[in-house]
Amino acid sequence: MGATRDTLSVIQEMATAMEEHRRHLTQLDSEIGDGDHGNNMHRGFQAALERLAATNPETPSDILKSCSMALINKVGGAAGPLYGTAFLRASTALSEKEELSAEDVAAAIEAAAAGVKQRGKSEVGDKTMVDALEPAARAAKEAASSGKGVGEVLRAAADSAGEGAGATVPLTANRGLASYLGARAAGHMDPGARSSYLLLDAAARALGA
Amino acid sequence: MKKIINAPERVVAEMLRGMELAHSGLIRVIHDFGVVVRADAPVQNKVALVSGGGSGHEPTHGGYVGFGMLDAACAGAVFTSPTPEQMLEATKAVDGGAGVFYVVKNYTGDVLNFEMAGELADAEGIQTDYVVTNDDVAVEDSTFTAGRRGIAGTIFVHKIAGAAAQDGKDLAGVKEIAQRANANMRSMGMALTSCIPPESGEPIFEIGDEEMEIGMGIHGEPGVERKKIEPADQIVDEMLGKILGDTVNFSGSEVAVMVNGLGATPIMELYLAYAHVADVLKREGVQVWGRPYVGEYMTSLEMAGFSITLLKLDDEMKGYLEAPCSVAAGRPF
Ligand SMILES: Nc1ncnc2c1ncn2[C@@H]1O[C@H](COP(=O)(O)OP(=O)(O)O)[C@@H](O)[C@H]1O
Ligand SMILES: [Mg+2]
Repeated sequence: MGATRDTLSVIQEMATAMEEHRRHLTQLDSEIGDGDHGNNMHRGFQAALERLAATNPETPSDILKSCSMALINKVGGAAGPLYGTAFLRASTALSEKEELSAEDVAAAIEAAAAGVKQRGKSEVGDKTMVDALEPAARAAKEAASSGKGVGEVLRAAADSAGEGAGATVPLTANRGLASYLGARAAGHMDPGARSSYLLLDAAARALGA
Repeated sequence: MKKIINAPERVVAEMLRGMELAHSGLIRVIHDFGVVVRADAPVQNKVALVSGGGSGHEPTHGGYVGFGMLDAACAGAVFTSPTPEQMLEATKAVDGGAGVFYVVKNYTGDVLNFEMAGELADAEGIQTDYVVTNDDVAVEDSTFTAGRRGIAGTIFVHKIAGAAAQDGKDLAGVKEIAQRANANMRSMGMALTSCIPPESGEPIFEIGDEEMEIGMGIHGEPGVERKKIEPADQIVDEMLGKILGDTVNFSGSEVAVMVNGLGATPIMELYLAYAHVADVLKREGVQVWGRPYVGEYMTSLEMAGFSITLLKLDDEMKGYLEAPCSVAAGRPF
């Protein structure tokens, strides 16, 4: 039961973060994309909350799956299928589990990052959300294997994602709309990397970390 | 922002309602999903064509739904790809048992969402396939970009693949001719002004009063060069130079020509541009086939600017371009 409640508050906290940072994410996206990322993410997480309220999933895996379906169905753009895939892979990684260990959580983040890389055909350094998610997965794994708890694992992931997002600033983009800008993309943070950090940060905060 | 709207968040839904009322014999709208379908869908034993993309490009995409072109079009939020849920709904509404073919413009969002829709349709036992159009020569197709973008030439793919499906080609046959059309067409756009998506209320980019952007994409993606505005003939020379200099050899062939307005360019200027297009093509030994397509086919809200598309034809493609169709965006009278 604890893990289910925690997962629900993670999604709730994520939705709040997407609401609070809607304008800023959209601003980042209008600098190097098409100015819709904040609106897309906000719409998706509102849909996730509605879907959770309507379907009452009972395990962490089912909650993440429900969230994934809402994101796939309501976000649109590149971020919809990418985050949808991330949550779906995390859900699959946790299937059947009623309680979650630190290792489980690290495995879920790793699966999510791998899913985004695969669907987006992207690597670290392409100036996308992968630049935040992959270091986050690595940090989560390290934290879990050094005996940290679930909250600390999420905090380690969020902090690394934040650094990864910061590191996208000087880069030019190889994927997504920003890739059309060539050198003009340098000097701006990737909006998807930023939202990845915000989501992981929200997850950590939901668990008091 | 000054727009004839009621509320920014209702723009797409209200547009679809108007379209349905205006073209009731031709189309119907599945309002819960923002999907425009042929009034007589599903057509049994015909490959069904589905396209879609962000709204704000009207008459793309819903305007091309009807006999001989698309069976359905999914309307996303303004400039945002529609979702797999919409695409699946469209797929189910039009599947007549011969499979469903997606015409997708090359943007990461559109491609990923249509791929997911195809997987979901598979799970429901509906066979699907797709073509990704990428006619825009303004960007290089390299590993350092998301690849060339699909722009106004996509309308030729709608028409040719749509007529081929109407003619009874199977899924593989429709795919083949859609790919053939895409491989033989090249486009390039330019813009004088930005445009304002209703929800953000802000121009999507800044551009000076005296400036133009050559190679501008349909969502305001930057192109080849930002510079001071020049006379129309010089602009056309640059755009055609890039198109003719690319990998399709148009010289000596019959070519379908489109001069497409982006939303706020007077028809007067489109014809003026076409006059020079015709001169240059003649000089280069390119033969304009049939009646050129001058008008608004794929717009970007109220952006001022235009694009040029050339499609090198073979006999089969000519036949399909000429084949009858009945769609909301049909040429007047
Ligand atoms: N191929 C890709 N792989 C991974 N992430 C990507 C890819 N393409 C785009 N993105 C991410 O998606 C973000 C943009 O999302 P969003 O604005 O919602 O969609 P769109 O680009 O379709 O408008 C980018 O900032 C980037 O992080
Ligand atoms: Mg965007």
